[in-house]
Amino acid sequence: MQRIGVFVCWCGTNIAGTVDVVKVAQTLANEPGVVFSADYQYMCSQAGQDMIKEAVKKHKLTGLVICSCSPRMHEATFRKTAAAAGLNPYMVEIANIREQCSWVHKEMPIGTEKAIILGKAAVAKVNLNAPLTPGESPVTKRALVIGGGIAGIQTALDIADAGFPVDIVEKLPTIGGKMAQLDKTFPTLDCAACILTPKMVDAGQHEKIRIFSYSEVTDIGGFVGNFHVTIKKKARYVREDLCTGCGLCTEKCPQKKVPNEFNLGMDTRRAIYIPFAQAVPKIAAIDEDYCTMLKTGKCGVCAKVCTAGAIDYKQQDEYITVDYGAIVAATGYNPISMDKFDEFAYSQSKDVITSLEFERLTNAAGPTAGKLLRPSDGKHPHTIVFVQCVGSRCSGADKGKEYCSKICCMYTAKHAMLTRDKYPDTDVYVFYIDVRTPGKNFDEFYRRAVEEYGVHYIKGMVGKVTPDGDKLVVQASDLLAGKQMKIDADLVVLAAAIEPDKSARPLATLLTASMDTNDFFTEAHPKLRPVESPTAGVFLSGTCQGPKDIPETVSQAGAAASKVIGLLAKDKLMGNPCVAHSDEMMCNGCSSCEKVCPYGAITYADKEYRMPDRTTKVRRVAVVNEAVCQGCGCCTVACPSGAMDLKGFASAQIMAEVDAICK
Amino acid sequence: MQVNEGFKPTIVAFCCNWCSYAGADLAGNNRLNYPAEVKIIRVPCSCRVNPMFILRAFQRGADGVIICGCHPGDCHYTSGNYYTRRRMSLLFSMLDYLGIERERTRLEWVSAAEGAKFAATMNDFVEQVTKLGENKRLEDLRCKQ
Repeated sequence: MQRIGVFVCWCGTNIAGTVDVVKVAQTLANEPGVVFSADYQYMCSQAGQDMIKEAVKKHKLTGLVICSCSPRMHEATFRKTAAAAGLNPYMVEIANIREQCSWVHKEMPIGTEKAIILGKAAVAKVNLNAPLTPGESPVTKRALVIGGGIAGIQTALDIADAGFPVDIVEKLPTIGGKMAQLDKTFPTLDCAACILTPKMVDAGQHEKIRIFSYSEVTDIGGFVGNFHVTIKKKARYVREDLCTGCGLCTEKCPQKKVPNEFNLGMDTRRAIYIPFAQAVPKIAAIDEDYCTMLKTGKCGVCAKVCTAGAIDYKQQDEYITVDYGAIVAATGYNPISMDKFDEFAYSQSKDVITSLEFERLTNAAGPTAGKLLRPSDGKHPHTIVFVQCVGSRCSGADKGKEYCSKICCMYTAKHAMLTRDKYPDTDVYVFYIDVRTPGKNFDEFYRRAVEEYGVHYIKGMVGKVTPDGDKLVVQASDLLAGKQMKIDADLVVLAAAIEPDKSARPLATLLTASMDTNDFFTEAHPKLRPVESPTAGVFLSGTCQGPKDIPETVSQAGAAASKVIGLLAKDKLMGNPCVAHSDEMMCNGCSSCEKVCPYGAITYADKEYRMPDRTTKVRRVAVVNEAVCQGCGCCTVACPSGAMDLKGFASAQIMAEVDAICK
Repeated sequence: MQVNEGFKPTIVAFCCNWCSYAGADLAGNNRLNYPAEVKIIRVPCSCRVNPMFILRAFQRGADGVIICGCHPGDCHYTSGNYYTRRRMSLLFSMLDYLGIERERTRLEWVSAAEGAKFAATMNDFVEQVTKLGENKRLEDLRCKQ
């Protein structure tokens, strides 16, 4: 029989406001096995934990029930307390009377009654708890970073500087990501390339960093500390070991009409290309959708001009498998498609562009060599209208996104300011719902745009953009003046909402990491564990977790790196002891459990048993590999003889909870 | 339909640790109300829910049982919720055959980010079971005092 102690937390007024904690403690004192019960303001505090430790010693407790917040919050805390008091940490059960009781119910009698039942269920479970010991597993001291934008680069550099090898997998032929496409960065107006490209070079030359460019992760197996990852190196038809990046092939290739994705299709490139001059690794790639040689077998110009002999038209996709201890997702973002926003005439006029396209138009390496010219006729625009929140903060979210994309207010202020600075003869209008500039030196920056540079900020949304000759008629409302406006604009720039990259969703499936409804990765705790995924060993860096600007991305990338370093610095990891276990005497070796196990953790062994009549019999029984089992419990349900059970969530324990709730 | 005023059903909700239990916590964090009749049992994965547990709940006087798991494709254990889906569709129709109305059982996918969906689902399910009234069908006479 257990000697159980019940500890009811007030959590200030969070629990005590809707639950009569004293009554809960008193009622639970009468439950079978309970020898001590108490309540306290903050059970997780040092004083609360000391109280638990003292009670364990004084009353010789063998099991603990903590009625408090969610086990996702403080289960680990109270397990440590139990261990410090000399108990097995798995003799602790939490009754969640905050998130699932006091916070969702309003009336004291109802809250109290439910808290008592949840407490009873936990007591019933602890009565059947058994001490558990976690197994140990080694840690592969190598990290994988998926995505080679500024988030991935920074994470990789920080991990590598700590001495651990890192691999970056980037789906494009070069690292750099979105930041490589930007012209200037707010609020300091540094040139994006000047601060990014040195980092790209650092990553490319770092002895601890390997870059798999033009590659994708296709399979992930294993678990924290021991991931097995399959990487597909897409055929680029250029031998990486031979190409010197001289670029001669990219000048001589006769296929000139390939839309240049780096400039968002505003100009063209060749079928063999290096995305941009500062690409890392600087190795050409052949676009198989456009290459005449690959499609018809007749061309071969690049092979003829390549002095290094690097062209290989017969190259195949290559799959390699590498083991990692930790994985960082840094898959980044994309602006949303403007297809659903016909009112802004994006599909009808070339002079309606997105902000990222505007970035390329003003970039010295862009299609116009940095001159702000209209895409339709190459003329200098004299009236420019910026529209903010295109697809951001949409209620209902049938067209756009419900969330704020966070960076648009600042980059629009930047665009407006730079335009006025370079072309003072230009009239610049910005239509906004709200201007949101929380951040160091952000509001000052926005005010400079208005006050020093004379940008016309108008509160109101643009209703319609109509192409009329070479003008764009912008109809909008000025909410502060309470009037309708009509502006004949030369260029309209849409601050498109940002969304997670399309590759994030399938990656989350491979990682078994959770995502929110917008396909941003979910963090383990929104405040206290913001760079960790709930899946152990998986970390989050940059905009794949939520919209953020460059400074935030870099700080988060560093934070993710420090978590990875913390993990890789360990020689051994404690496993999860809540794993499946087969009762050999009941098992008849039917293989039902083996078939449903997603990890292949179950094998079979022939074991000798002494029978009652003193003969020896060899029986085939299931054996669970505890290092591989993740503890989902699927096998326990598949087992027809009831031999398979899950430690920590045993059938008897769950049924005891059911009984306590249904009484 | 008979109105069961004052009837408080007993509802058991099995929630997987990774998605639905976190979704329930989020409902709490956001102070989204749902009836106190819902009592949650945490399981590692929805596939840990043995049909036996559900039968046991109905035997012991539960009026409704709901199982919540990760969305298809999002299972923390890759494929657990697919097993749940198959097992529960069989079990629920069998229970219906035994006289436990189909409306007393439900399988729902709730992600860790769907606190609002969790609360809405529970409100809806409790209302549905309340309308049906007390469940009398599967009470085991041996359990009666």
